[in-house]
Amino acid sequence: MLTILFDGIAYGMVLFVLGCGLSVTMGLMNFVNLAHGAFAMLGGYVAVLSMQRLGLPFLASLPLAFFATALVGVVLERLIYRPMYSKSHLDQVMFSIGLVFMAVAGTDWLMGSSQQFIRLPAWLQGRFEIAGIGIGRYRLFVIAICGLLAVSLQWGFTRTRFGSRLRAAVDDARVARGLGIPVNRLFAFTFALGCGLAGLGGALGIELMGLDPIFPLKFMIYFLIVVTVGGTSSITGPFFAAMLLGVADVVGKYLVPEVGAFIIYALMVALLISRSHGLFARARA
Amino acid sequence: MSLSAFEAQVRQALHAGRLWHPAEIGFWLLAFAAFVLFPSHLLLLNEIAILALFALSLDLILGYAGIVSLGHAAFLGMGAYAAGLLAKHVTADPFAGLAAGMAAAGVLGLFTSPLVLRGTDLTRLMVTLGVALILYELANSFGSLTGGADGLQGITMAPVLGLFEFDLFGRTAYLYSLSVLFLLFLIARRVTSSPFGLSLRAIRDNPLRASASGVPNGWRLAAAYTLAAAFAGAAGALLAQTTQFVSLDVLDFHRSADLMLVLIIGGAGYLYGGLIGAIAFKLLQDMIATFTPQYWMFWIGLFLVLFVLGGREIIHGGVAAIAGRIARLGKGAAR
Repeated sequence: MLTILFDGIAYGMVLFVLGCGLSVTMGLMNFVNLAHGAFAMLGGYVAVLSMQRLGLPFLASLPLAFFATALVGVVLERLIYRPMYSKSHLDQVMFSIGLVFMAVAGTDWLMGSSQQFIRLPAWLQGRFEIAGIGIGRYRLFVIAICGLLAVSLQWGFTRTRFGSRLRAAVDDARVARGLGIPVNRLFAFTFALGCGLAGLGGALGIELMGLDPIFPLKFMIYFLIVVTVGGTSSITGPFFAAMLLGVADVVGKYLVPEVGAFIIYALMVALLISRSHGLFARARA
Repeated sequence: MSLSAFEAQVRQALHAGRLWHPAEIGFWLLAFAAFVLFPSHLLLLNEIAILALFALSLDLILGYAGIVSLGHAAFLGMGAYAAGLLAKHVTADPFAGLAAGMAAAGVLGLFTSPLVLRGTDLTRLMVTLGVALILYELANSFGSLTGGADGLQGITMAPVLGLFEFDLFGRTAYLYSLSVLFLLFLIARRVTSSPFGLSLRAIRDNPLRASASGVPNGWRLAAAYTLAAAFAGAAGALLAQTTQFVSLDVLDFHRSADLMLVLIIGGAGYLYGGLIGAIAFKLLQDMIATFTPQYWMFWIGLFLVLFVLGGREIIHGGVAAIAGRIARLGKGAAR
């Protein structure tokens, strides 16, 4: 039982890294980017390709996934995302769904529709037991990395000048602009960071979530739950939402497999209904 | 202006909206004439008619009531499964299946409308998406009833009205679907040009002001949502009956997304938008499918992105301009 809990936490950690970028995007620019999963997929494929084709070690492929995805994020933000900020939510949703479809079909064309696998280094394989709890080495590694990321993000968000500017811009972009905070540049940077984190999460998640061309569609709803439940004004909100989701999903699938993803969707609808005004009203302000 | 004069004016405007324009009559004559004109493409025509009905349904809530939805496939699937199961287990009569599909989807619409009516556009998008996903998972889980991933097989339909057998070439199918589309279109036309339809547009344009003038927003929107759900259910029932097969695909997310594209192509907020969009969409799909069947999804994505970037009104505006020109020609001829 505790083993499942541990797996759930590892899963939740990856979800957090994947989703926190989206929560900032949604909070800061009020932009609904359903294509966030496409960046995660890109990161995953960068990791797979760099290991298979270039023969890089696993640890080297992770930062590569981060930077490659961040770079693509910056370019796309400049070229095609920027005109979308002023459009309605419906337009933004259609636009990003279009991007997801293109990413899914394009990846299918380039890479084939099969699942991708990576070869973990030997020291990350297998599991060991502490006090009767089976702990997978790789899962422990994931928890350590993501935990470190979460702590540093929280620190960056609350303690640095960049973080306070960002929080000001999320709270009220107009006033922040009036005070001379370069909201657009701030956003471009944050968008890149969010994309990079998604890419890193995608690379880390290959072993836990799988990687195939329909990844962005499959996990779209998970990112949305992390953002909706966690809110957009802090790092801790999405963090706990991701934990809850990861544990609930793993435990649910293990204990009642026949119900499948049903629980997750029902949970999302229920949360949206009960908190619809609170969360999104804030994002809108 | 006195109140009674104003009322008379509104009545007159509504009445004028109900009159048939020559172009509309031409449109429907062409639709029925297509049966003779393109005898080898009846299956495609049938798909167009069903998609047009589905798009009409979304147009009712999106174009007239302003409710955004990313989960309209839920009602299509509900109607399809209801009609399919009825045909398999109870009666093979097409009209009974159609009624069952509409009723099942309508009930689902009625029960989910309270969820959809609250919150902002964004919440609505997410909730409708969630409802459709839940239905998909349910249909997947209850494999013993729905056939799960294998689909609902073994549906056989009785002849329409006891006279017209469904055939392989889609002759009966097209006429049947087109007739249902036409009848439901008449209903939609009547509803949108009634005071009820007018109140929906008032809610869409300014909910606060509508409710201040005494429009019960919640009830009106719930009624519109239920009606649209029943229409989508009819589309689903037609799909199940004419293909004699229901798969999980009817509940899939891409159905809802495709439908959005249909309305973007045709333009929302007027009844022919969905119909024109459905024709353009299916022809486009057919054309692209001939040279690259696998990567249709890529092209649909590209179209979505381009349409949104380029402004949704391009095609809609073009169609409106042409329609206006035809209208002027029609008036000129009448004079």
